[in-house]
Amino acid sequence: MSSATIDMRQSPGASMFRVYLTEAKYEFIKTLRQPAYVIPTLTFPVIFYVMFGIVFGGKQAVGAVNLATYLLATYSAFGVIGASLFGFAVGVAMERGYGWLQVKRASPMPPLAYLAAKTTMAMIFSAILVTALFVIGTAFGGVHLSVGKFLGLAGTMIAGTIPFCALGLAIGCYSAPNSAPAVVNVLFLPLSFCSGLWLPIQLLPKFLQHAAPFLPPYHLGQLALQQIGFSGGHGMQHVAALAAFTVFFLLLAQRGFKRDDVSINA
Amino acid sequence: MKEEKQIVASLSGVTKKYGEITALRDVNLNVRAGELLAVLGPNGAGKTTAVRLMLGLTKPLSGQVAVFGRDPRIASARGCIGAMLQVAKVPETLKVKEHINLFRSYYANPLSLQTTLEAAGLESMKDRLFGALSGGQKQRVLFALAICGNPDLLFLDEPTVGLDITTRHLIWQQIRRLVQEGRTVVLTTHYLEEVDALADRVVVLNHGVIVAEGTSAEIKSRTAQRKIRCATRLRRSDIETIPEVSGVSEQESRMEILTSQVEPVLRELFLRDPSLAGLEVSNSTLEDAFLKIVETKTVETGSQPAQKEMTA
Repeated sequence: MSSATIDMRQSPGASMFRVYLTEAKYEFIKTLRQPAYVIPTLTFPVIFYVMFGIVFGGKQAVGAVNLATYLLATYSAFGVIGASLFGFAVGVAMERGYGWLQVKRASPMPPLAYLAAKTTMAMIFSAILVTALFVIGTAFGGVHLSVGKFLGLAGTMIAGTIPFCALGLAIGCYSAPNSAPAVVNVLFLPLSFCSGLWLPIQLLPKFLQHAAPFLPPYHLGQLALQQIGFSGGHGMQHVAALAAFTVFFLLLAQRGFKRDDVSINA
Repeated sequence: MKEEKQIVASLSGVTKKYGEITALRDVNLNVRAGELLAVLGPNGAGKTTAVRLMLGLTKPLSGQVAVFGRDPRIASARGCIGAMLQVAKVPETLKVKEHINLFRSYYANPLSLQTTLEAAGLESMKDRLFGALSGGQKQRVLFALAICGNPDLLFLDEPTVGLDITTRHLIWQQIRRLVQEGRTVVLTTHYLEEVDALADRVVVLNHGVIVAEGTSAEIKSRTAQRKIRCATRLRRSDIETIPEVSGVSEQESRMEILTSQVEPVLRELFLRDPSLAGLEVSNSTLEDAFLKIVETKTVETGSQPAQKEMTA
């Protein structure tokens, strides 16, 4: 990564593409220097996967696939959700709460560039994470996944950041800077568990299995499982559910954002 | 170049409420090209709201906001605007030059990184992370972000609050240079010294209404009060009977007498107390004028003691 040498020639007009690219680049550099984000985001899913999928999982099977392969899919979803939620919720809550967002909004920055940069950042971390889990699973867990299936999983996970970026944005628009990490943890860990991302959902009590379709992480988990060849309902249902959640979270975020205007001091 | 009196930003009949609180009430304010306009007022007067409206950060309940003839809430309408706002915390894991380069990328014709660094006195710390800077240095970075886009119109919301003298003077010098180059600057401040040093025109806001407008000399002469200080055996109630006297206060065994006609008051004082001593006559400062304007227009907070530094 060549962050030191930045191509910043003076151009006659700031092209939209470059604004988006620059915003995303600095968002990534900024985040990469924050151990509080990078370390938990990348290591927690890996540690959980190694523990449940490889060390304890052994040769067990869930349906037609072995547990290590099954959990590769669900921990990918788990990691992606964490990367999206923490990146957005904590980032937006801080930048909003401490007044930095106002400085950016007062500049000619297109507002969408701000959101696109944070989404891109979550996508990059998601891609890194899925790759890491795949490598570990293949090397130590007896996972045999074709390149095609791996790419399908990675692609699904990268696209799957979007609803959780929207949820993170909504949290960030309502939370104070200090409370955002706690809010995310309170939502993220139980939701992931109840959606069958830690352990196969078949092992959970029946009532949780029935409740899971109301939780967004469940749908991303199911889409991930389909990519590795574990059949789980119709894909389009899950995509539709996630799309609906995304719209809902964005509307919620917009409401929260507008609320700021009422409370700000004259 | 623009013609002298062109209006670059305006509030026309603007009312703004935050919930139940009225921040601005039917305010008309024009910012003219090339001027340095200072917006003064006590806490909660509506200064920051006026700036936020002109930056498109909020919309008015009624009335029109225009900047370069457009609605500033559209990002592209802010292409010629720079702003320095009060920020509690800036992302700390970007370097100074990275912050500046990011903001430069938003503008069509930005200053070069080098020019920006020089103007803000940041050359030696361009590779430092923002989080590693001192308070004054951080404020310089915010100033750098405001000017790096080479803007025609600059909004500075309390740019030197809490700064050391060196940094304050550096920023003053840069503000003067920007105005000399023909740019327009809107400044809110609670340092009256800053207004006296910089501003062409002053608008005084109080309780969301413009209570005075003019050059700082005009503002002072609006309350053409002069101050007589002396040691006298006369009592306060005696002095108040002199018709030209508009106010008397006792300060550390000396009398402070406010009047717009010094000579007749002095004649009368000497007549009543030949032993009067320690005489001092001073012109009112902008601060006196400001306090006077705010006090006379304020019924609700009339009993507030005069502060040395007004807060935003």
